[in-house]
Amino acid sequence: MAEKLVVIGAGMASGRVLEELFEHAPGRYDVTLFGAEPRGNYNRIMLSPVLSGEKTYDEIVTHDAAWYAQQGVACRFGEAVTTIDRARKIVVSEQGETPYDKLLIATGSQPFIIPVPGKDLPGVLTYRDLDDVEAMLSLAKSPGSKAVVIGGGLLGLEAAAGLKAQGVSVTVLHLMPHLMERQLDGPAGYLLKAELERRGVEVVCGANTQAILGEDRVTSVRLEDGRCFPADIVVMAVGIRPSKSLAESAGLATGRGVHVDDAMVTSDTNILAVGECVEHRSQCYGLVAPLYEMAKIAAQTLAGETAAYTGSVTSTKLKVTGVDLFSAGDFAEGDDREEIVFRDPARGVYKRLVLRDDRIIGAVMYGDTTDGAWFFGHLKDRTDISEMRDTLIFGPAYAGGAPLDPMAAVAALPDDAEICGCNGVCKGKITSTITGGATTLEAVRGLTKASSSCGSCTGLVEQLLAVTLGDSYAAPTAKSVCGCTDLTHEDVRRLIKSRDLKSIPAVMQELAWKTSCGCHVCRPALNYYLIADWPLEYKDDPQSRFVNERNHANIQKDGTFSVVPRMWGGITNPQELRAIADAAEKFNVPTVKVTGGQRIDMLGIKKEDLPKIWADLNQAGLVSGHAYAKGLRTVKTCVGTDHCRFGTQDSTGLGVKIEKRMWGSWTPHKVKMAVSGCPRNCAEATCKDVGVICVDSGYEVSVAGAAGMDVKETEPLGKTSSETEAIELIVAFVQLYRENAKYLDRPYKWVAKVGLDWVKARVVDDHDARKALIERFDLSQHVYQKDPWAERATPSVEQAWSPLANLTLEAAE
Amino acid sequence: MTEWIDVGALNDVPVRGARIIKTREGCVAVFRTADDQVYAIDNSCPHQGGPLSEGIVHGAAVTCPLHNWVISLKDGAAQGNDKGSVRTYPAQVEAGRILLDAALARSSKAA
Ligand code: SRM
Ligand SMILES: Cc1cc2nc3c(=O)[nH]c(=O)nc-3n(C[C@H](O)[C@H](O)[C@H](O)COP(=O)(O)OP(=O)(O)OC[C@H]3O[C@@H](n4cnc5c(N)ncnc54)[C@H](O)[C@@H]3O)c2cc1C
Ligand code: SF4
Ligand code: FES
Repeated sequence: MAEKLVVIGAGMASGRVLEELFEHAPGRYDVTLFGAEPRGNYNRIMLSPVLSGEKTYDEIVTHDAAWYAQQGVACRFGEAVTTIDRARKIVVSEQGETPYDKLLIATGSQPFIIPVPGKDLPGVLTYRDLDDVEAMLSLAKSPGSKAVVIGGGLLGLEAAAGLKAQGVSVTVLHLMPHLMERQLDGPAGYLLKAELERRGVEVVCGANTQAILGEDRVTSVRLEDGRCFPADIVVMAVGIRPSKSLAESAGLATGRGVHVDDAMVTSDTNILAVGECVEHRSQCYGLVAPLYEMAKIAAQTLAGETAAYTGSVTSTKLKVTGVDLFSAGDFAEGDDREEIVFRDPARGVYKRLVLRDDRIIGAVMYGDTTDGAWFFGHLKDRTDISEMRDTLIFGPAYAGGAPLDPMAAVAALPDDAEICGCNGVCKGKITSTITGGATTLEAVRGLTKASSSCGSCTGLVEQLLAVTLGDSYAAPTAKSVCGCTDLTHEDVRRLIKSRDLKSIPAVMQELAWKTSCGCHVCRPALNYYLIADWPLEYKDDPQSRFVNERNHANIQKDGTFSVVPRMWGGITNPQELRAIADAAEKFNVPTVKVTGGQRIDMLGIKKEDLPKIWADLNQAGLVSGHAYAKGLRTVKTCVGTDHCRFGTQDSTGLGVKIEKRMWGSWTPHKVKMAVSGCPRNCAEATCKDVGVICVDSGYEVSVAGAAGMDVKETEPLGKTSSETEAIELIVAFVQLYRENAKYLDRPYKWVAKVGLDWVKARVVDDHDARKALIERFDLSQHVYQKDPWAERATPSVEQAWSPLANLTLEAAE
Repeated sequence: MTEWIDVGALNDVPVRGARIIKTREGCVAVFRTADDQVYAIDNSCPHQGGPLSEGIVHGAAVTCPLHNWVISLKDGAAQGNDKGSVRTYPAQVEAGRILLDAALARSSKAA
């Protein structure tokens, strides 16, 4: 006859024990399952998506009525066990006594409530089970409701993000100086805070809650320092305590949790315990990965097999959509430790590894967590990393000089690298499942459980599918440059520099481009990055440029071109005007137009005539106005002190000087400037990429304006007393932009990403950095400040730009 | 059997570039790909007649310079969601010379 197994608690740990048990020893036990919650086992960690509305409860149920029926489990849901009588081997609940041969305690833990006045007011909630989620949602229904979340750890932040997603305005009060201090260090905590604030969640650190206020329900939360935060709901998420009282009163050995040995057996040989309620080797756990390991061992013990649980190293991810964060191990500072840090302020990426005796003991990553599993693998294996120390922080793609494939990070993982932390699924298990015929995410998920819990490893599983199946599986890509690569612009720029890639083929080979020669999106970007980074070594590739830059003229809708000569600062003279008039007549230019950029446009010129008209214009001293270029366009000026009664400085002269210094430089997108002689601003300097307003005391340089598809006023960069210094600021700013911006970001878009302070620190405050930027700009100008028209006003170019053959003549025969 | 006409040297066409051939029916663009394959197609984009010879060449396709339609050099068809196609003509390289269908030199473009 089957033995009687009674299970207390229908949570994540016990659910897994039962699954394993029915696999190992089918029919051995008659199981009775008690659950205090009025429902069966569900995926508790997916409560956050239920709260935010991304999932429904039905979607997170792990075991349904049919499963229990099929396994013959007697379900006693909504019925808490109140006493364990070990002498009589029975448990007592509302409905009476239930005998057992073996007992499994899996009571989980309960939220800790800080003992402040008002903690029992209606509207004060915890975050542990579905009832809590439903309570939050029903209280959050009325429009404009406010929530205060006390506790900025994993649970608190998921609650905050979920409530925010439901339209509630949320404030997080956190006692410690930075968020998630148990998992993150300061810089990563800072980035996380900034990200949450960007999403509209108010975050207050160093906030010591003194009281929860309200008459018949909560109205606000008061801090020790007197600050008050209005609240319709308060969610307390300050920590959990293992639920051990039942075991304790039954006389079992307990500490912080229920004591168990390596076989998951308590001090009573007939009673086992698993999950958050246990204490094993002085450790309590609050994540599912270790609980699943325990569950496996407990099932084996119940099945009469010998098995031992030896403890777990855990890693953390935060399940807030769009926040990429990873942490594992011990990352505190210490004398015996070294650290490797990588920061990319522009991308909001921060990575830090903590090493001791040439081994990784801790890892924190924010903004880019692709290499998390790899680091975690080395951490658990205690790999000696001295050989790869120099490139370690860049992840497996660099280690041992393996080719830097976007998938290489995943391809390079060893088979025993853990991919799904929740379910303890390794890479080898997943790849063998894929080669065994599971070719979709759903299939792999079903067979291995990988990515079926918190889902944050879904991306990795998909990459494994891609690596294993090759081209037949298309992994979704993240904001990559184009379909030819999975890398982002920022990654590509970084890798071009850090790996000394100096040609388009080198970039495509080393970064594993998926096409043989790129496309019209990536090639112009790469050509620009290489020009900007290696002005001396790289040779411009005209075939990777848009038609206008290749032909040094703007293509028109009918296939003809327009020609715009430079007019320095908008100044011209009779000789130039005569040359333009002559050329317009000679080449039958249908339209001559004054542009919005203070110069003259000749529109409707045939391609084969371009070299000839350029030659004529060159004769009069006119050069290309680069009206077609991602480069310096115009420097508009007003008449300034020379003529204007209000002019404070020689704005025209300064504009000409700037244009002469900067023309010909290639930039991520076009760059337009202007200099106005006084704040009346007739040159419209305050909506340009760079603008100068002259005032009595000097020059106000401002940057990052826009007046095209977006309209935006410039922001002040700095004020100078001399023209020379004004020009220096401008040159340094443009060079910083050239070196860092993503292709086709105008300066205002780029500055919005990196922040004006970051720019100022380099261009204004740090004189050495400014000097170095100017030197690099001038170096590049020495190569690129050449009139493209003069270089191309030659018979051979004329020939190359004419038809290859004219078959109309032959046809006349 | 196709009769061929020599229109110029392979090296007169830039790698990943194009040159045009004037015919009595309009311009034909002769493309040279990265791996020295040669294709001849009408120089007029099926969208709004953009000069395909001025586009960026990638693989055996060209991106129109006016509004970025991508046209296959092999069969002249617009790629992706865009609908339409341009006419293609037989072309080959022999001893460094580009040969096109001689019919192009006669009264009509049709072979
Ligand atoms: C000729 C001119 C209009 C005119 O007749 O006055 C002009 C003509 C064109 N503009 Fe412009 N823009 C002209 C001044 C402007 C201005 C005003 C200014 O420079 O003071 C602006 C707003 C300021 C700005 O730059 O944002 C302007 C904002 C744009 C934009 C939107 C850019 C943006 O970032 O929002 C584009 C599209 C683009 O560049 O991607 C554009 C693109 C174009 C193109 C190149 C469209 C194209 O890709 O073929 C037009 C080329 C016509 C041709 O064949 O010559 N044009 N364009 C002006 C030439 C100025 C010059 O002397 O170089
Ligand atoms: C919102 C939220 C998000 C989380 N996110 C993550 C995550 O991303 N990753 C991760 O690894 N972990 C996460 N966790 C933690 C994870 O859910 C827990 O570690 C896990 O659920 C613990 O499993 P357990 O079986 O030990 O306890 P539980 O799942 O809590 O199950 C215990 C059950 O026992 C019942 N019970 C208690 N006492 C009795 C009694 N006397 N009689 C009958 N029944 C009783 C309880 O009502 C409960 O249903 C999250 C937790 C929450 C609340
Ligand atoms: S606003 Fe500029 S881009 Fe638009 S039609 Fe006029 S010239 Fe062309
Ligand atoms: S004309 Fe070719 S894409 Fe519009």
